[in-house]
Amino acid sequence: MNKNPILEIRNLQAGVEGRKILKGLDLTINAGEVHAIMGPNGSGKSTLAAVLSGKPGYEVLGGTATYFGKDLLDMDPEERAREGVFLAFQYPVEIPGVNSTYFLKAAVNEVRKHRGEEELDAIDFLKLVKERMKVLHLDESLLSRPVNEGFSGGEKKRNEIFQMALLEPKLAILDETDSGLDIDALRIVANGVNKLKHSDNAQLVITHYQRLLDYIVPDFVHVLLDGRIVKSGGKELALELEKDGYDPIIEQESNLVTA
Amino acid sequence: MITTSYARRAEVRETTAHLARFEEFERGVSGNSPAWLRAIRTAGIAHFAEQGFPTVQYEEWRFTNVAPIAAFPFKPATHPQYEGVTEKEIEPHTFGGMNCHRLVFLNGHFSPKLSTLLPRPDGVKIGCLAAAIHSDGPLVEKHLGRHASYTDNPFVALNTAFVQDGAFVHIPARVELAEPIHLLFLTTEAGLTSFPRNLIIADRSSSVKVIEDYVSLVPAPHFTCPTTEIITAENACVEHVKLQRENESAFHVAAVQAVQAADSRVISHSISLGARLARNNIHLALNGPGIDSVLNGLYLASGDQLMDHHTVADHASPRCNSHEFYHGILSGKARGVFNGKIFVRQIAQKTDAKQTNRNLLLSDLATVDTKPQLEIFADDVKCTHGATIGQLDEQAIFYLRSRGIGHDEARNMLVHAFAGGILDRITIEPVRQELESTLFERLEREQHARA
Repeated sequence: MNKNPILEIRNLQAGVEGRKILKGLDLTINAGEVHAIMGPNGSGKSTLAAVLSGKPGYEVLGGTATYFGKDLLDMDPEERAREGVFLAFQYPVEIPGVNSTYFLKAAVNEVRKHRGEEELDAIDFLKLVKERMKVLHLDESLLSRPVNEGFSGGEKKRNEIFQMALLEPKLAILDETDSGLDIDALRIVANGVNKLKHSDNAQLVITHYQRLLDYIVPDFVHVLLDGRIVKSGGKELALELEKDGYDPIIEQESNLVTA
Repeated sequence: MITTSYARRAEVRETTAHLARFEEFERGVSGNSPAWLRAIRTAGIAHFAEQGFPTVQYEEWRFTNVAPIAAFPFKPATHPQYEGVTEKEIEPHTFGGMNCHRLVFLNGHFSPKLSTLLPRPDGVKIGCLAAAIHSDGPLVEKHLGRHASYTDNPFVALNTAFVQDGAFVHIPARVELAEPIHLLFLTTEAGLTSFPRNLIIADRSSSVKVIEDYVSLVPAPHFTCPTTEIITAENACVEHVKLQRENESAFHVAAVQAVQAADSRVISHSISLGARLARNNIHLALNGPGIDSVLNGLYLASGDQLMDHHTVADHASPRCNSHEFYHGILSGKARGVFNGKIFVRQIAQKTDAKQTNRNLLLSDLATVDTKPQLEIFADDVKCTHGATIGQLDEQAIFYLRSRGIGHDEARNMLVHAFAGGILDRITIEPVRQELESTLFERLEREQHARA
């Protein structure tokens, strides 16, 4: 099969506040693939999500990330979004006073404009919104509320995937989307994500626990440890980690270092 | 009335010119006025002479130095002979031709030619104070100068000394005036000082919406020094929008005094956009039980502007609510001042007073001095206050950008949201919309200036 790389990360080194967190990370994600990144706390999972989405304050110290042949790290956050990179936030931000409909319409139309598509008028936009909301079992009353304000934890996470459904990204990065979700909400969220999977896009699922991967089945699982991917495998690797934890890998790694 | 103890004056500012102009005024125009009015003017000038212009040693004026006003050549607009303003010039200041009663004042004096009144219920009086002094003498005499204290505010004293004209609104009992009243105060000549004086009387169970609006038609310095007295009888409701959009070299020092009877409601909005130095004293006297009032305000200051709000909610009766929301947006080297006093007298049990003042600093050089001042003498009350000063939320900006919204657009959305909370409380839709677009234009302009 001919593989089309969406994202190629080479020797990525990055940090925040003068602390180096990613220490030479390599990862290639092709179209149609779902990758899971797992790792213990502090291994650099969220830093990877932040660096790929362009969060201010994170500093790239070396290496490259090429997205559809372009230098991803050189783009502004909004440019990345318009090019099809989507980050589902671990902690979605509440924005008091900014109406959800207004925000969603602005976002959708920015992305459409960038793709050379016509902007949606109010009626078409509402039709699209209502259709996508159903998939995530979101109440339409959310539309008239300020972005994320007063949303429950589950609503916030579902709202992230709802936005993903509206923006139809080429590369979706899900940063600990399972955290704080009960099993029903987890199913809804995972179902939403699965429906968005196509042969021409890809998903990078960052998670601490294997639980989410029962529902979003990855093609590849990578273990992130101290800023590098130390082990890659198929979906069975996640089960192994669930059973034995990260300790055997950590031990193996430190043996390597000592040797 | 609350008396304010001033710190000892370190410096008495020059008032000779003001006193001299008053003597001329008294010998001239004022001479034809009824005796009771002349007495008020004399009392006004006496209190002004005694207090002089405040210095920053006065607690009430600590952050607002009025020296440039004291030094501004004093040319009071005492002669109502201003003409040459056309309807076309007024058009941009009519909230898109809003359907309303509109009284236009040129340098504080009523212009019948430019004013329009809609049909109105019997007994409703919407007109100018100069005429009402004669036509409604007893009612005007009963209220004029009786509520806005000139003993502790030299600018109210000066206004009272030169009181001549302004708006007179009287809504009889049980009349709910459907259309708002727009009072448009225009300054047409550089260098003038004008003293608009407004009296709004809402009788029992009546309701009215009034926009008190200040605009410069000249791009040069002038001084506007208005005073407004609002009297709400039992169960009456007054929504009052004070909109100050004068040019950025103007001086503006205003006072609004509301005196409320039981179960009445005053919704006071103060929107400050213009002037080089703008001070608003807004004072609600909650004199009967069951009052529900709102103090709502927005100041948008850029460049070298100074905008100062001093508010008072004086709870002098039980079971009253006063809810206060003031937001400031400051950029450039602008300065904001907010002082919110909540006074709960011993009798005022079951008071519910809330106050918030939030400030958004969009530049490194903008500053804000904010001070809540609670004086509570009753024991069964709910009083809360909070003040914040901050920048735009970087997390929120990143969140918006991560969805494809550009950096400037994201900033604008957040600033709009910040101001929107205040503007949304204005129920006069054309006014709210106009202010929304003014805000938008200003943000765009500042963005271009930054770029």
